[in-house]
Amino acid sequence: MVTKQRKKFPFYIVVFLAPAVIIYTIIMIYPLLASLGLSFFSRTSDNQYVFAGFSNYVTLFTDSFYMPRILGALKNNVIFSLIHLVIQNAIALLLAALVASKGRLRNFYRTVIFMPTVLSFVIIGFVWNLILNPLWGVSESILQAVNLGYLFKPWLGLPDTALITVSLISVWQFMGIPMILLYASLIGIPEELMEAANVDGANGWQSFWKIKFPLLLPTVGVVMILTFVGNFNAFDLIYTMKGANAGPEFATDILGTLFYRTFFGQQLQLGNINMGATVAAVMFLIILTGVLFYVFFWQRRVQNYEM
Amino acid sequence: MSKANRTLKKIKHQGGRIVPHLILITYMVIALFPILLILINSFKNRASIFNSPFSLPNAETFSLVGFETVFGRADFERYFLNSSIVTLASLLFTLLIGAAAAYALTEYKFKGSTFLSIYMAIGIMIPIRLGTVGILQLMVRFGLVNQLLSLILVYVAMNLPMTIFILSNFFQQVPVELKSAARLDGASEYQIFGLVIPLVRPALGAIGIFTMIPIWNDLWFPLILAPGTKTATITLGVQQFLGQFVSDWNAVLASLTMAMVPILILYLFFSKQMVRSITAGAIK
Repeated sequence: MVTKQRKKFPFYIVVFLAPAVIIYTIIMIYPLLASLGLSFFSRTSDNQYVFAGFSNYVTLFTDSFYMPRILGALKNNVIFSLIHLVIQNAIALLLAALVASKGRLRNFYRTVIFMPTVLSFVIIGFVWNLILNPLWGVSESILQAVNLGYLFKPWLGLPDTALITVSLISVWQFMGIPMILLYASLIGIPEELMEAANVDGANGWQSFWKIKFPLLLPTVGVVMILTFVGNFNAFDLIYTMKGANAGPEFATDILGTLFYRTFFGQQLQLGNINMGATVAAVMFLIILTGVLFYVFFWQRRVQNYEM
Repeated sequence: MSKANRTLKKIKHQGGRIVPHLILITYMVIALFPILLILINSFKNRASIFNSPFSLPNAETFSLVGFETVFGRADFERYFLNSSIVTLASLLFTLLIGAAAAYALTEYKFKGSTFLSIYMAIGIMIPIRLGTVGILQLMVRFGLVNQLLSLILVYVAMNLPMTIFILSNFFQQVPVELKSAARLDGASEYQIFGLVIPLVRPALGAIGIFTMIPIWNDLWFPLILAPGTKTATITLGVQQFLGQFVSDWNAVLASLTMAMVPILILYLFFSKQMVRSITAGAIK
């Protein structure tokens, strides 16, 4: 709405907006651009920054030290993310549908399922480190109780299973978010729509996929992009459970841990600001691609579908 | 319909009601079990932690030795205070500054207001972590490393985009008549803002809850911007403490319990509002 005091300079607009714009620009936008900029520079031996074009990126993807790390982290991050997208969203959809249909106990189920999500990565990481620790033997005795004791392995310590285990723990922790978002849009679907379907003779299963699911697609999109951004930006859980070296043998190394190691250095590896910024820039490009795909492809598609 | 047929239908119907409950209860156990296991074992002596991890503490196995170690060795009171200061200050500034900006962006149309709205929305999707290199350099230049203010600034900047986005939607729903009437009465724009704020209080509450948890739980920025013992937040403090005491099971379990319980109580207290705010957003 347009205010009538047009002639006077609307100073109050500046007062309202300045704090937000200034803090956001200085603390978020400027450092982001500065980091991207740093990826195009390198530091000489006398501590001078010189423009280096794309050479940091070339180093990252061809150097015998960096190449295995970045490719490994990319691969692990894709696996980490796929496990979330598939397993987490499938279970979350099932739980949301069940919770939404249960009248009296609905609040109770919802509250409990969301619980792990409010705890910090540090707590979750240590809790699972303890539970999976062969020294304590808790998981082994649980498996033995159902006669599956032979399945037990120190999953977190083996290169073949460590990444999957950490991913599943992260799935467990964040199940609450997709569940609650899907639940919220499920209970927002008007009853009349479902009644009409029941009159037409559709059973629960059919009416769910034919009527409710298409209406859920915008939420599914939101859930997927949130998961994607969160996963390609993840760090805390792996750092807590496996340290900055993301062992064993970098088996759980994802872009976040690689970024941290490259920037700050770890053990034999010296910290390198410009290479760290380059890893961050790669993460930025991946996330930006995902976001743009979501905004220009998914949102549009889904909107057309709704019409 | 024959009697047998009716019974069969009844059984089928009940099966249809029981199976969902079974699935939900199974998942509930999966969600709760790890948390409960830590809680009960933190009150037991070492022998019983290992010999009977699944039993509740009894008169014989009850022990608080873990908690004694934690209170003796770690500065939990300080970490707790640091986390509270950072979380509350970030929350307060985010809501205040964010509400003012959201109000201006919805209320006044001026040259560049659309651009500004889009500019402020970039941060919704791009994680602030990617600018960490730049943020650290900036904080070094300002001399803010190892100061809680650096964390507060980062969390305010991080949460502003979403706050402005959500609040803008709510400000749009405030009736125009209310504001025009106030203007006719000669109220200043600041007074009108003060008049409108109470109307979006539910939204402020919801944003408050949702920004609080990630700030309280964050490890990345405390680790990078304020790793000193004086400024360590509870998340960082617990992380470092646990790293040092890996082999002292009583201490580890006790510190995990102490880190979990406050946030769980807070969550149980606010969970209704939390869900209500998400559901309200979805219906709208």
